[in-house]
Amino acid sequence: MLALRIVERDLVTTRKLWFKGWLISSVVMPALYLSALGVGLGGAIKGDVEGLSYLHFLAPGLLCASLMQQAAGDSMWPVLGGIQWDGRYLAMTATPLAPRDVHLALLLWVSLRTAASGAIFLVIAAVLGGLASPWAVLAVPAGVLTALAFASVLSGVAIRQRDDNALALIFRIGIMPVFLFSGTFFPTRLLPAGIRPLAWLSPLFHGVELARHAATADPHWFADLGHVAVLVLVIGAGSAWGRRGYERRLAA
Amino acid sequence: MALVSASNLTKRFGSFTAVDGIDFAVERGEAFGMLGPNGAGKSSTMRMVGCVSPVTEGTLRVLDLDPAVDGRAIRARLGSVPQEDTLDTELTVWDNLMVYGRYFGLPRAEIRTRAEELLRFFQLGDRTGDRVNALSGGMKRRLTVARALINQPELVLLDEPTTGLDPQARHLLWERLYQLKRSGVTLLLTTHYMDEAEQLCDRLVIMDGGRIVAEGSPRELIDRHATREVVELRFATSDEQARAVPLLEPGAPRVESLTDRVLVYTADGEAAVGMLAQHALTPLSVLVRRSSLEDVFLLLTGRALEE
Repeated sequence: MLALRIVERDLVTTRKLWFKGWLISSVVMPALYLSALGVGLGGAIKGDVEGLSYLHFLAPGLLCASLMQQAAGDSMWPVLGGIQWDGRYLAMTATPLAPRDVHLALLLWVSLRTAASGAIFLVIAAVLGGLASPWAVLAVPAGVLTALAFASVLSGVAIRQRDDNALALIFRIGIMPVFLFSGTFFPTRLLPAGIRPLAWLSPLFHGVELARHAATADPHWFADLGHVAVLVLVIGAGSAWGRRGYERRLAA
Repeated sequence: MALVSASNLTKRFGSFTAVDGIDFAVERGEAFGMLGPNGAGKSSTMRMVGCVSPVTEGTLRVLDLDPAVDGRAIRARLGSVPQEDTLDTELTVWDNLMVYGRYFGLPRAEIRTRAEELLRFFQLGDRTGDRVNALSGGMKRRLTVARALINQPELVLLDEPTTGLDPQARHLLWERLYQLKRSGVTLLLTTHYMDEAEQLCDRLVIMDGGRIVAEGSPRELIDRHATREVVELRFATSDEQARAVPLLEPGAPRVESLTDRVLVYTADGEAAVGMLAQHALTPLSVLVRRSSLEDVFLLLTGRALEE
């Protein structure tokens, strides 16, 4: 697969930028969130949340939300930069690589990176006592699916931009509310009835449900199949649209 | 067999025609130039030859293959130096070459050997560990050219290779490109600098508005379209200039009146100046020089190459 040649490049940049790229987003941020909200705030909450301690409730959801944020970061500015700023993408497509390889490489890279981040997250959560069951390892694939759903759509948006105005807007009024209201920090049934269906539109909601069911060894087979289907559908449609964007922009 | 052959090659973006049915061929071992102002269609042509932009109409063969079918295979044998630097700013000088070589699927050991050689050739041997953004404009350009050679291409495409460089950096790059040409690499380059075209190109086409307006070696083009000498006259006032032009016209094959000077294309510059003196018109300055490609462009299109 030719796209792996680009993934190799991403690994080289990570080796050089491990501090900025990995330590902060994959270790420091999740550790801060989990300890402040899961352990700290969770300690102040009397009783349980959906039959779970708050830390156990939060950890799988936060795993997905944190992978979503990383995926968003990797598939917006770096994509626009590749075509508009440093022209990295133009250099790639002047070689035997084609636009579709560049697109595929991004999705492969997001999968790889979020899988690794998810694993690190699990270790941190385990240390803080946030894992209710060994099945929590399945929260990682749920998180990667969530990440891919966002990456496939957002990279499709980014490759169609000339500047980053739209991206900044998406991050502030799109990603942030999704991060906060997709059932990560509190159950979506506590949302006002009128806006509850909006949460169901968020791929993160489906990822969080899956991850939580996995982490607590409490499968809801029918619902979970639906959650997987939604995520796969978004990934399929998003990446088809994204690939077309890459082909149009990089081979005009 | 020509390395590149185009016939009726056309590129349209919506209703805008960037390249309007051009024919040309680049032979193995030559340095072939496309000279023209911004917007002449040079970059669009280069992108089609580079197999990164589909042909709208006409036929194009590169390395005797069809870009629409064998784009990947062709690109594997091309070197590409785009107009804007597309270096990977997250990587060091060395990693830019390593990573780019991997895009071609070359073995790492092979890339290392070539990278060392190329960095030495382009005088970047002492900057291998630097990030790209720490390099000067001239160094970035040299690195871009070095990178384009990592796959030992049969044909190197250079789109405005020295635009934006200071004179010293330009001369260094020209010298390296000249060496490259002597080693047998075929070059296809675009430029809007006539001195670049004269220095590097064995043969060139002059482009304007998406069309080719002339073709030949620099010497042939000058001989065919310009006179041996040009007299450049500058006058104190535009009024004097306006009076001088009709006096000069009968005695010279071609007189071009620009905003700041008059160019008189004539075999005998001295005579033209002497004739003005008879009409009590004394130019501020008189320069008699040999015709250049700049003049060819002006004579063919009525406009100056660089405004």
